[in-house]
Amino acid sequence: MQTLSKVWLFCALLLISSVASANLTIEITRGSDQALPIGVVPFEGGEGLPEDIAQIVQDDLERSGMFAPLARNAMFERPSQASDVQFGTWRSLDVRYLVVGRARQTGSGFELQFELMDISGQSRMIGETVTVSGNDLRGAAHYISDQVFEAITDIRGAFSTKIAYVTAQGVGDNMQFGLYVADADGQRSQQVLTSDQPIMSPAWSPDGRKLAYVSFETERPAIYIQDVSTGQRVQATSFEGINGAPAWSPDGRKLAMSLSKDGQPDIYVLDIGSRSLDRVTQSNSIDTEPAWSPDGRSLIFTSDRSGGPQIYRTPVNGGGADRLTYTGNYNARARFSPDGDELFLIHQSGRGYQVARQELDGGRLVVISETTRDESPSVAPNGTMVIFATQQGGSGFLSAVSADGRSSFRLPAAQGEVRDPAWSPFLN
Amino acid sequence: MQLKPLVRSLAVALSVLAVAGCSSTGGTQDGDAYGSQSGSTAGAGTGSGVGTSGTGQYGSTSGGAGQQADSRIPEVRTIYFDYDRDSIKSEYESVVMAHARYLQSNPNARVTLQGHTDERGTREYNMALGERRARAVQRFLNIQGVSPSQMSVVSYGEERPAVNGQGESAYSQNRRVVFSY
Repeated sequence: MQTLSKVWLFCALLLISSVASANLTIEITRGSDQALPIGVVPFEGGEGLPEDIAQIVQDDLERSGMFAPLARNAMFERPSQASDVQFGTWRSLDVRYLVVGRARQTGSGFELQFELMDISGQSRMIGETVTVSGNDLRGAAHYISDQVFEAITDIRGAFSTKIAYVTAQGVGDNMQFGLYVADADGQRSQQVLTSDQPIMSPAWSPDGRKLAYVSFETERPAIYIQDVSTGQRVQATSFEGINGAPAWSPDGRKLAMSLSKDGQPDIYVLDIGSRSLDRVTQSNSIDTEPAWSPDGRSLIFTSDRSGGPQIYRTPVNGGGADRLTYTGNYNARARFSPDGDELFLIHQSGRGYQVARQELDGGRLVVISETTRDESPSVAPNGTMVIFATQQGGSGFLSAVSADGRSSFRLPAAQGEVRDPAWSPFLN
Repeated sequence: MQLKPLVRSLAVALSVLAVAGCSSTGGTQDGDAYGSQSGSTAGAGTGSGVGTSGTGQYGSTSGGAGQQADSRIPEVRTIYFDYDRDSIKSEYESVVMAHARYLQSNPNARVTLQGHTDERGTREYNMALGERRARAVQRFLNIQGVSPSQMSVVSYGEERPAVNGQGESAYSQNRRVVFSY
């Protein structure tokens, strides 16, 4: 009994250490020359708070690639409300927009007030009082970022979203895998699953509450569906052969996937409720990596039916598949932009495997990443950024690039390799 | 969830102890056998153990030495593949033949053929390529007369590299099929 409790203690320590090391830290790798200059003034009353609200907002905006925040030490005035803002001061600093605010502790949490000023127009654009219950100051800060971003760009902010990703350490038969969920800025990571067998291909349900993923924990691949907050999960499929690449239908009722139970991997659609399985493709080639069109009517997938891997599209009900990519010999793992007009995919260029963008129907293919060992692109729900896994200097980490390729950042982990990112849908 | 690796490593430790008792050569783990050797030298190393006499001649078993060898799981349990290929290279045919003889001589033995790829390209597509390699070995064994019921196939794609690192020397060690008994 004593040994057992020691084992448990050991396990508990393992758990804590792995959770602590799983946060990812943002490094901006490329800023856009078209970024809008903005000032985010430290919030009045924010000094004693556990989080620096203005810093989180500033980092969010900078990460989007659309904003170039003014350094704090250049702010020689620190207004906290619209009526205190001296427009001339900020204009002389070449700032186009200014965020000011105040924070105070309440009985049950915090209250944040913020206002967004248009410096060139000398006007107040928006303002709001945000009530924070408990200690979710980071969540409130991301909410403010969303409001500021949308007021200026007319694009819904995606700072309050999450990313799921897989970690891996070790080699060969001696490996540890983890599935994590973190804020879109890599912070507040939470462990969803650990295993000494591979974990792959996490995919968010459209309501953002569940993850489908592939786990080899039974020493062969099976697809699981897990509720992220409760941890409850079910095994969705465990057919002979490959059970891979799960993708939720936009209505959340079905999973497209790749199964090799009938020979070479083909695309199938599982109705989660009724458990009925429909075969979508029937080919003597590899068909995998399905993704649903936003209208739910068609699936795109990777197939090597023409030799090397290329992207094809088929109606969900089956029927013929059209080839969508023709540039180069290797195009795989495509994902739709939220409006369904474009594809983001992995393209083998002269330099290596890179993230590329292509208009759906035969448009020109444009490489948007600068790294050359890229995998698993996943598009932000507002379509502005693509997160992907890459490798450089022997370590694997997550990176993101703006959809136009102008700006990028990376999210390295403290240790081990990070891969297979999945950007959540909007969560509120 | 965290208990599993602990139990597993304990089980591995026990099985290593058990194997050490009945086998003069250690290193039953593929990783151990190949850690410091390149694929080709490891392949050549089997020549002494499992008669390579009939190179290119399938099905013909050798004499007494071969019989003796067939009672033990062949020591070389990994074969390597060319980039983007699933064909069994001629230098590894003797290895696959040795496993075919072992499986035929031991109808209760079961093998899992684990297919692997190098890290280049996308993960799920590589899963499919790994399966192709494992199935190519399965077909070969089947043609040699091994019962389908003795074989199963699992692809690990690029998920379990034998060695980390970039470049052809690492990639070539990762493009492999492992015979796991």
